[in-house]
Amino acid sequence: MTKPETIIKKIWDKHVVHQEKGNPDLLYIDQHLIHEVTSPQAFEGLRMNNRTVRRPDLTFATMDHNVPTKDRENIKDEISRKQMETLKKNCEEFGIKLADMFHPDQGIVHVIGPQLGLTQPGKTIVCGDSHTSTHGAFGALAFGIGTSEVEHVLATQTIWQEQPKTMNVHVEGDLGPGVTAKDLILAIIAKFGVKFGTGHIVEYTGAAIRKLSMEGRMTICNMSIEGGARAGLISPDQTTIDFLRGREYVPQGDAYNEIAEQWLALATDEGAEYDATLTIQAAEIEPQVSWGTNPAMCVPISGATPSISDVEHKEDVQRALDYMGLEENQPITSIEIDHVFIGSCTNSRLADLEKAARIVEGKKVKEGIKAIVVPGSFSVKLQAEEAGLDKIFLEAGFEWRNSGCSMCLGMNDDIIPPGGRCASTSNRNFEGRQGNGARTHLVSPEMAAAAAIEGRFVDVRKFVGVLN
Amino acid sequence: MEAIKQHQGLVFPLNRANIDTDQIIPKQFLKRIERTGFGQFLFFNWRFDDEGKERADFALNQPKYKNTSVLLAGENFGCGSSREHAPWALLDYGFKVIIAPSFADIFYNNSLKNGIIPIKMEETQLNKWMEQAETGKLVLDINLKEQTITDEEKLVVPFEIPEYHKEKLLNGWDDIALTLQHQEKIEQFESSL
Ligand code: SF4
Repeated sequence: MTKPETIIKKIWDKHVVHQEKGNPDLLYIDQHLIHEVTSPQAFEGLRMNNRTVRRPDLTFATMDHNVPTKDRENIKDEISRKQMETLKKNCEEFGIKLADMFHPDQGIVHVIGPQLGLTQPGKTIVCGDSHTSTHGAFGALAFGIGTSEVEHVLATQTIWQEQPKTMNVHVEGDLGPGVTAKDLILAIIAKFGVKFGTGHIVEYTGAAIRKLSMEGRMTICNMSIEGGARAGLISPDQTTIDFLRGREYVPQGDAYNEIAEQWLALATDEGAEYDATLTIQAAEIEPQVSWGTNPAMCVPISGATPSISDVEHKEDVQRALDYMGLEENQPITSIEIDHVFIGSCTNSRLADLEKAARIVEGKKVKEGIKAIVVPGSFSVKLQAEEAGLDKIFLEAGFEWRNSGCSMCLGMNDDIIPPGGRCASTSNRNFEGRQGNGARTHLVSPEMAAAAAIEGRFVDVRKFVGVLN
Repeated sequence: MEAIKQHQGLVFPLNRANIDTDQIIPKQFLKRIERTGFGQFLFFNWRFDDEGKERADFALNQPKYKNTSVLLAGENFGCGSSREHAPWALLDYGFKVIIAPSFADIFYNNSLKNGIIPIKMEETQLNKWMEQAETGKLVLDINLKEQTITDEEKLVVPFEIPEYHKEKLLNGWDDIALTLQHQEKIEQFESSL
């Protein structure tokens, strides 16, 4: 019998190009994803040193951070336009496939990778973006890198990586009705803190994880970085295989069945050891709402903001409460919002939009609230429209936009004004993230939809239609 | 990347935990396609008010920290987005060394790639220096080769940094050039796929 191994170790070992004691390993990269914000300086570096892109065929680019979600023909922001044009020029010069603003494959880079089947079990995937961990949902080793590393991967198709420690985040039991993958990952970060995963690659295991759809798994892995992890992943199973079958970039027909066998064999072996294990009980988790300025500052909907006398880092908590315009001990259900954003690489896939639509169907967004839905990709948008979701949202008073990062970080025109308060399905509630002085509350799509109707946070489990 | 062996500089204390890269450089400044010129946007929302005027209550704006080049910060410095614009902004502003109890992984790597020395330091010592830098003026002398920090009272504190990172910083080596020495191995690997 060979020693039981984790999926992390199995993928790692298959990708080592060069190893030397006392140094990081040189790892081969199977898939490099690129977007407009973190790549221009990397291409410039290549040109300055007379280098070229080693494997344009393993590189795929899109535009997502800057793209307008309304009028794409007339981009008012000159610098944004230049950044997108630069990506286009770079892709042409180096022969890289690009899904630009008008391309049917365009979308948030972490939505289109899986959608196209570029994301596959066992692959090493990098992107100049911290939420690259999303792709780990498929049992890929996927992590975010900086621009210097983007340049390095472009030039060499490899990256130097210290072998990280492994961590098992084990979710015992089942999630209750109306409790989503988003609530689970927020609860994990709230419980273990914003740096529980530093220096580690996290594997999520347990019954509740197995029962999640691929969309739910992507939501979980997406926010691994919010817990400080280098990457997060989930061993592939039948759900993974079913999701990828027939997608553009996976083998078709019998070849798919063959590769699927290999993928399933990557799953962590029974009895494999991790450097650390954390356990959380799924049944105890309620729908979550973040109240502060980092994703660990998060409580159940039935809870309240902390009481200063109870907390260790009093100054940090006070600063967060001040920024958020909240009092200590304030019940979450008393917090009124004026913006709702359903979108981002965490929660903008078809399944997310369907669930939110079910909540708002036949209801109206409360007066005075600006609510927008931004599908994660052009293709998600089309599918949603075929299913009539756009009408449900529009009739309820939501705006229905084109795909992109949008209000998740407000690099385009979708910004929340100073002091504005948003129920957001995105992943970061940092100061100023959605606009200077903007206040972000992280929630699931269902909770965001319910907040849009009620004008404040409510327990979505009380809404008809959510519990089936 | 410029080689760095030793650095002596005035300390700026920023006693906050979990300073994320959105704070270090807000997103509206990520649209430029150059690597330079980001210093003016460093800690933008803390340094400037809504009208673009300097905020008096943010210490970096005080004359006593003019020409600072050593940053002391709280735990988990540089968490959040992978934007390398964060170390570019710090470096362009003048920071050469960052000392904190812990760093986020991607930020730690990104700083090393740009010739900034990120130093992990246990909190007791760090807090002492933090206080000295807040109440008075503190100059620290960082010797990368010896892996020591010396303060004005001649207290010498050792620090850890992985040997390979140290070598690269000391020599200002270009990562890609180093990797290309293994080109043959990369080719072998590819042909085995
Ligand atoms: S949606 Fe938000 S978090 Fe995701 S890639 Fe875009 S900006 Fe980053």
